[in-house]
Amino acid sequence: MPRPDPEAVAAAVFASLAEPTRRSILSALAAHGPATATDLSSQLPITRQAITKHLELLAAAGLVLPEPGERRRIRYRVNAAPMAVAQSYLAALARDWDSKLARLQRSLDTSAP
Amino acid sequence: MPIPDRIERTIDLAQPRQRVWEALTSAEGLGGWFGDRATVDLRPGGTAYVEWDQDEDSFKVALTIVVVEPPARFAWTWGIQGLPATDPRRTYVEFTLAPNGGGTRLTVVESGFAQVPDELLDTAYHGNVEGWRKELAELADYLDAAA
Repeated sequence: MPRPDPEAVAAAVFASLAEPTRRSILSALAAHGPATATDLSSQLPITRQAITKHLELLAAAGLVLPEPGERRRIRYRVNAAPMAVAQSYLAALARDWDSKLARLQRSLDTSAP
Repeated sequence: MPIPDRIERTIDLAQPRQRVWEALTSAEGLGGWFGDRATVDLRPGGTAYVEWDQDEDSFKVALTIVVVEPPARFAWTWGIQGLPATDPRRTYVEFTLAPNGGGTRLTVVESGFAQVPDELLDTAYHGNVEGWRKELAELADYLDAAA
């Protein structure tokens, strides 16, 4: 398996999540488990054709995995691995060493030598 | 949009290295500026637990201590925030204390955010998902049989 580029993986996650229909599809799959485009069209206010197109884009980005099956009955499920890469990107932004080091400096300055 | 794999900060502190070292490596120190409470087994391979209060609850994080070189270098590894505790990826945090006049120039470097999660992308991960599906199926069978 070729080593995926973490930046490209994270970029695909953020691009996918930027689109409201794809967010709805991912949310529905996360909340209710694997589903076909037909299943999703009964839960969401979007046509089955539009859902199929978004599912194909999500699958190309690795965010959902198609299960083997007859074309119309393919079930898709969320694939967590790309989310974990995006999370580590967010974690780097959220580490907040600036606040921690400011607290260290304050505690040293206020405690007795 | 590169993932910042390496975070680096430098801060000049008025206190000598020994005092900064104490603040970084003692339970009182780590439990003061870093968390709300801490315990520290200060040796390479030792574990420090840092606890944060959150509303009426608290959460605890384990740091695996890697380098103890008083008063110059202290390092640990810990998990990545937001990922499940079972995620094998950890970042490496290293503090370097350099004399700076009568005070200390403290540098902290945290690295490893852009690791590729092999364990999540290879077959072991898919095996895990399949394993869950199988276990859930077995649970369903068990409950059916018990009904």
